[in-house]
Amino acid sequence: MLSLKQRRSLNTLLMGVLAWGVALAIFFPIFWMLLTSFKTEIDAFATPPQLFFSPTLENYTLVNERSDYLHFAWNSVVVSFGSTIIGMMLAVPAAYSMAFFETKRTKGTLLWMLSTKMLPPVGVLVPIYLIFKDTGLLDTKTGLVIIYTLINLPIMIWMAYTYFKEIPKEVLEAARMDGSTLFQEIWRVLLPMSKGGLAATVLLSLILSWNEAFWSLNLTASEAAPLTALIASYSSPEGLFWAKLSAVSTLACAPILIFGWISQKQLVRGLSFGAVK
Amino acid sequence: MKTTTLNAGPASSAAEPKQDSRQGGKRKTSRINRFMVSPSVLVLALWMVIPLSMTIYFSVIRYNLLYPADNEFVGLENFQFFVTDFGFMAGMSNTLLLVGAVLLITVVLGVLISLLVNQAFWGRGIVRILLISPFFIMPTVNALIWKNLLLHPVSGVFAAIWKFFGATPIDWFSEFPLFSIIMIVSWQWLPFAILLLMTALQSLDQEQQEAARLDGAGPWALFFHLTLPHLARPIAVVVMIETIFLLSIFAEIFTTTGGGPGYETTNLAYLIYSQALLQFDVGLASAGGLIAVVLANIAAFFLVRLIGKSLTEKQ
Amino acid sequence: MNNKRYLSAVMAVGMTAVASSAMAATKVTIGTVNNGDMVRMQGLSDEFEKLHPDIDLNWVVLEENVLRQRLTTDIATDGGQFDVMTIGMYEAPIWGGKEWLTPMGDLPSDYDLADIFPSVLGGLSSDGTLYALPFYAESSMTFYRKDLFEANGLSMPDQPSWDQMKSFAEQLHKPQEEQYGICLRGKAGWGENMALVTTMANAFGARWFDENWKPEFTGEEWGNAVSFYVDLLGNYGPPGASSNGFNENLALFNSGKCAMWVDATVAGSFLTDESQSRVAEHVGFALAPEQVTSKGSGWLWSWALAVPVSSDAKEAAKTFITWATSRAYSQLVEETYGIANVPPGTRTSTYDNVEYLEAAPFATRTLEAIGNADPNDSTLNPSPYVGVQFAAIPEFQSIATQVGKLISGALAGSMSVDHALKAAQSITLREMTRARYYSN
Repeated sequence: MLSLKQRRSLNTLLMGVLAWGVALAIFFPIFWMLLTSFKTEIDAFATPPQLFFSPTLENYTLVNERSDYLHFAWNSVVVSFGSTIIGMMLAVPAAYSMAFFETKRTKGTLLWMLSTKMLPPVGVLVPIYLIFKDTGLLDTKTGLVIIYTLINLPIMIWMAYTYFKEIPKEVLEAARMDGSTLFQEIWRVLLPMSKGGLAATVLLSLILSWNEAFWSLNLTASEAAPLTALIASYSSPEGLFWAKLSAVSTLACAPILIFGWISQKQLVRGLSFGAVK
Repeated sequence: MKTTTLNAGPASSAAEPKQDSRQGGKRKTSRINRFMVSPSVLVLALWMVIPLSMTIYFSVIRYNLLYPADNEFVGLENFQFFVTDFGFMAGMSNTLLLVGAVLLITVVLGVLISLLVNQAFWGRGIVRILLISPFFIMPTVNALIWKNLLLHPVSGVFAAIWKFFGATPIDWFSEFPLFSIIMIVSWQWLPFAILLLMTALQSLDQEQQEAARLDGAGPWALFFHLTLPHLARPIAVVVMIETIFLLSIFAEIFTTTGGGPGYETTNLAYLIYSQALLQFDVGLASAGGLIAVVLANIAAFFLVRLIGKSLTEKQ
Repeated sequence: MNNKRYLSAVMAVGMTAVASSAMAATKVTIGTVNNGDMVRMQGLSDEFEKLHPDIDLNWVVLEENVLRQRLTTDIATDGGQFDVMTIGMYEAPIWGGKEWLTPMGDLPSDYDLADIFPSVLGGLSSDGTLYALPFYAESSMTFYRKDLFEANGLSMPDQPSWDQMKSFAEQLHKPQEEQYGICLRGKAGWGENMALVTTMANAFGARWFDENWKPEFTGEEWGNAVSFYVDLLGNYGPPGASSNGFNENLALFNSGKCAMWVDATVAGSFLTDESQSRVAEHVGFALAPEQVTSKGSGWLWSWALAVPVSSDAKEAAKTFITWATSRAYSQLVEETYGIANVPPGTRTSTYDNVEYLEAAPFATRTLEAIGNADPNDSTLNPSPYVGVQFAAIPEFQSIATQVGKLISGALAGSMSVDHALKAAQSITLREMTRARYYSN
C-alpha cells in the first residue's frame, strides 16, 4: 500500500502528465502550422501527413518575393498600437468617472456601450464605406485606427471600470484632500493601483486589433493593408498552397503570439474583469 | 501580489462611501463626471447614430449595389423578404446553437483544465503558455489551419488518425458542418476561459479548502461547495464576453463552409454578409442588420438579467 | 460633424502631399485574384516599371470571393480605390453597360485586336463596346488518367456522354486505395459548383430561364441533371465533395486521387507541371461531357482587366493593361517561365505556334473547347439570356449563390434533390419578382 504522501505525489505526477497532454493537444494546430511551413508543397499534401521530412525555407523565400511582409506588418503594428493608445486615452477617464461618480444612468450607459458591439459589422459596411469615401479615409491607417478604437472602446471602458471599482474610494479621496489635481489623482494614484488590470486591457485591445479581419479587408487596398489582408492573398489560390499558406500564417501570427507569450503573466493576473474577489 | 492585497478591500467598503460622494460636492462631481465620460459617449454615439441612421434609411429603400441609382421607397418590403428568406430560420437556430454550444464547451473544459493546471507540477509555466496560445491566433488563420491541415478528409491529420485506427476518415465539413465550426470556435475561445478561470482559482482560499478537507469533505463536495461557487462570477464574465463576440461570428464560417452545405452553418451574421456582399442587396442586408441588433439586444437583456447584475454591482 | 470636417481637412492636406509626390510617378493600384497566372503577372511587373518609369504599380492580391466583394463595393459606391480591376465575363458586360468601366477604344496598332478570339471579345463587350481586355480565357474539359484507363481496358471518346462518365467512374472508383472515380466541384458558389452544374444542366437540355424569365427548376431537365450529379459525385466522388472547389479538386487530381475530373481548361498547365503534379505524364484530355445535347456543355470564362471610371489614373492604367494582355507579355512569360505557361485562350497566334502546341499537350483541346462555346446560344431550348454557365443579368449572382447552396446541401445529403430544386424554384421566382422582372 502506498502512504498518503506517496499517493499524493503520484496523483500530482499523473495530473502533471495529463496537463501536459491537454496542453500539447491544444497547442498542436499551431505546432502543425509551423511544421507545415517548412515542407514542400507536395510533402504538405502527402497522405499520411508527414512528421519527418527534409525542411525547406522555400515557402518563406517565396512569400517574401511575392509580397512585402514588412509593409503589412508595419501597418498592423501602427494600427493596433494607435487604436490601443487612443482607446486607452478615451477609456480611462470614462471608466474613472463611471466607477467613482456613479449615477443612476451609469449602468445603462455601460451596457449600451457593450451592446454596440453586437451589431454585425457587415450590416454597416456600406454606410461606413460611403462615409470613409467622402472623408478620404479609405485605405488609410487613420481610418483603421478610428474603426478599431470604436470597436474596442466598449470592452476597454468596461474592463477599466471593473478594475477601478476595486479601488477603495478613500484612497482617492485622501489624495484629493492632500490637494492633488484631478490629473495627479489619476496619474499618481489611480493608474499605479490598477496597473495589472490596465495592462491586461491594453493587451486585449492589441490582440483584438491585430486579429481583426473584416474591416481591414474591406476598407484597405494597398497602402494601409495589415497582415490580415496578406493572409487573404494566400488563402485559396490555384494549385497546392498548404505550405505557403502555413508560412504566411506563421509570419502573420508570430509577432502577436510572441508578444502574448512574453506578457502572459500580465494577462493571467490582470484579465479578471473584476470577477475575482 | 498587488492585486490580491487590493482585492480584499472593495467588497466590504464599496457600499458606504458611495453615499458620501453623492452628498458631498454633488454638483461638482456630476460636472466632472459628464466631462470625463462625454468623449467616449460622444464618439460611441456618433459611431452608433450615423451608420445606424443610414442603415435604417437603407432598410426602407430598394438598394442593390448593382442598381445604385434605383432607390425607390419600398416600406417594409426588405424586412418582409429578410424574415421569409430561406436562411432566416436556419440562421436564427444556428446562431443560438453555435453560441450555446461554444459557451458550454469552453466553460466546462475551461473549469476542468484550469483546475488541472492549478496544481504545481513540472513545467507549469510552459503548459500555461501552450494553453493560452490559440487566443492569439487570427480567426481567419485558425479556420484555414483547421480546414486545410487538420480536418481535410483526405490529407488532414484527423483523417490520418482515423485511418491509423482503421476507421473511415470523417468528412467533417459536410457530415458534421456545424459541429466542426463549433469545434474550431471553441478551440479559439477555450484559452480565454482558461485564462480567466485560472486567475480566479489562484485567489481561492487554500485554508478554507484544507479545513473542509480535514472535516472529511471529498473532492466532489469540495468542488461543488467551494470551488464552483467561487468560480461563479468569472464564469459569468466568460459567458458575457464570449456571447458578445460569438453572436457575430463570421470569419470562421466564411473561411471554412461558406455557410453550407445548404444552410447548415449559416448564422445571422453570415446570412447578412451573404446578402450584402454576395447578393449585393444592401437594402435587404440593412433590414437584416437591424433585426440582428434587436435580437442581440434581447439576448443582452436576458444576459444582463442573468449575470450582469452581479457584475456591475458588488454584492 | 466637426469631427468629420476636421478629418477631411487633415485628409485634404494628406492628399495634396500625395498628389505633389505623384507628379514623379503615377500610382496605379491593381486589384487582382491570386491565381497562378496573375501571380506570374505580378512577378513580371518589374519589367513593366522598367519600360514605364513614370508608372508605379501597387498590387492588391486577394482570393476570388474577397476580391469580387471588394471590387463591387468599390465600383458601385464610386470609391476609386482601384485603377485596374480584374473581372470576369460576368461582370464586364453588366458593369460596362452601367458605364462604370472605361471603354477600351484606341488601342495601339501593334496590340492586334483581331488576334483575340471573337467569342472572348464578345463576352467582354456590352452593346458592341469593349470594356475589358482578356488576360486569359478558359472553357471546361474532361481530364482523365490515361494510365488508369489503359490498365482497366477503357477508352475515353473525344466527347464522352455523362452516362459514359458514370460507367467509367463506377469501374475506377477504389476508395480503399484513395482513388476516386470522378472529382467535380461541389463547393457552393455561383462561380464554383454552379458553373459545372449549369453546363451539366445545359447538356441535359435544361436552361436557367424560359423566354419570360421564369425559372424551370421543377422541370424534368433540371431534375434529371441534378439527380444525376448528386448520384454520380455522391457515389463515385472523393469524401468531402461538397466542399471541393477548383483548388481542392486540382490538389486531389495532382496527388493522384482522381481518375477523372471535369473543370476549367486552365487546369491543364498545372496538371502537366511536374513540380506540382504526381501524375503529370498520365493526364489525358477530352471535351466536357454531353448528354441529350452538346450545346452549352463546356463553359466560357475569361479573366480580364478593366479600368473603372472612378480611377484617377486612367491613362496609366490602360497602358498597363494593354501591356499585360499583349503578345509581348506572352513573349515575356515564355522567356521567364516557359512556353507552356503563356496565358491561354485569348489569342489565335498562341495556338498557331507549333512550339506551344508541343509544350502544352492540352492546347488543342482547349482551343476546340473555346471554339465550341457560344454564350449567345448555349441551351437546347431558346433562352433570353447571354452566357453559358451563367446568365449575364445582375440578379444571377444572388440567385445562383443561393441555388448553389441548396445543391451543395443536396450533395451533402442534408436535403433531397427534389426539395432542393423546389426551394431553388421559389427562391428564383422570389428574386426575379423582387427585381421587378414580373409581378406575382
